[in-house]
Amino acid sequence: MVVIIDYQMGNKQSVSNAFASLGCAVVTSHQPEDIKQATHLVLPGVGAFGDGMKNLTQLGLIPILAEEVLGKKKPFLGVCLGMQLLATKGTEYGQHQGLNWIPGVVDLIPSQAELRIPHVGWNNVAIKRKHPLVNDLGEEATFYFVHSYHFQPESPEDIVATCKYGIEFAAILQKDNIFATQFHPEKSHKDGMLILKNFLHA
Amino acid sequence: MLKIRLIPILLLKNGLIVRSESFKFHQIIGDPITQLSRYNRWSVDELIYIDISSDDHYDVRREDAKIETSEKRSLLDIIEVVSKSCFVPLTFGGRIRTLNDIRSRVARGADKVTLNYQAIMDPGFITQAAKVFGNQCIVVSIDVLKNVHGQYEVFTSGRQKATGLDPVQWAKEVARLGAGEILLNSIDRDGTAAGFDSDLIRSVVTATSIPVIACGGAGKFKDFVTIVQEAKPSAVAAANLFHFTELSYRHAKKEMLKGGLNVRS
Repeated sequence: MVVIIDYQMGNKQSVSNAFASLGCAVVTSHQPEDIKQATHLVLPGVGAFGDGMKNLTQLGLIPILAEEVLGKKKPFLGVCLGMQLLATKGTEYGQHQGLNWIPGVVDLIPSQAELRIPHVGWNNVAIKRKHPLVNDLGEEATFYFVHSYHFQPESPEDIVATCKYGIEFAAILQKDNIFATQFHPEKSHKDGMLILKNFLHA
Repeated sequence: MLKIRLIPILLLKNGLIVRSESFKFHQIIGDPITQLSRYNRWSVDELIYIDISSDDHYDVRREDAKIETSEKRSLLDIIEVVSKSCFVPLTFGGRIRTLNDIRSRVARGADKVTLNYQAIMDPGFITQAAKVFGNQCIVVSIDVLKNVHGQYEVFTSGRQKATGLDPVQWAKEVARLGAGEILLNSIDRDGTAAGFDSDLIRSVVTATSIPVIACGGAGKFKDFVTIVQEAKPSAVAAANLFHFTELSYRHAKKEMLKGGLNVRS
């Protein structure tokens, strides 16, 4: 059973629909008993870093998730804001502590002439290292991004794929059983569905 | 590299897809649910649905429309069905007045909403909505008509209400207030197939730093290439063009590739 963490940050319905279309049981919940029964955990989310951490804290989710993900090593996927919250700290509207599951900092995409922020739309990724999460992904794979901030991990080894928008930034991260995508696989048609399928088998 | 997006816009009127001309005439051309498999097959970049039903609606169903309509369904039902089968960004607009209107659409699977009338009546609503749902969720649609003085002016409520707003100033303002994208539509070009309004689009793209979706007037596939070259919008959109030919979306993408544009194939 895939559990989509419901922490009142954005469009969880799409993520749930996408997993349901792959034929797996999906529950959207913030109840500890559901999270404990999950085989896979997904942290979706769009919105600001500070709000995301505040909601996770207020719902009492941080210790439960830490136990399941860091303790029991359940496969975990962070999507978009759900990826950024894994960092040590975020700098959106002030400094905020993150979960620190993948050490790093979340910063604004540096602005350049002709570069519209947020980065919205379909973009390619460059695979930096082989990993089951990107199995069978074609050269021309494109994903839907929508974000103004990007994740800079402390160890470059945590990066599976990067994307270019002015700068080159982390598009897919992986550390142990923790996976994360800056793009929205649930909105990225067949390439995105492939990532979700690979996550289920990872 | 970031791709130029090509976005079909579906106009919904009383639960059916309609074709529009100059925002005045609407002809029923399809059922939103039966058309879904087509968009999936096309692998569209994104879909925008705008509900243009009005409270004082008249029945536009024509006997010659030959549309098999399924049972009556609400916009929210449509969002739910669409979001369960189309795994691309979905935007829903039309008749949004309150945060709850946005919430109900997002809860059923909308990724973004477009604001138009309410943004004009209460610009602070853009900020409120962006704070709750994030900037990426809030697309402000700007409908522009040349007024009797030959100047561009923002209109709303279809084309019924002149607002006195200048499109460039209004675009800057909505960006400042927290809009994540702008859907810029030329009412003059709507349904005319006369090509995009390059001057209008360029002026708004140049004045803002958020993505602009250009709409209104696409008549041939080449029009997409021309407008991207001339005005550099982040995305191009069309409604009518995609309704009448089965392979139109793919042909449009091919033409864009041929024209040297970076599109998702």
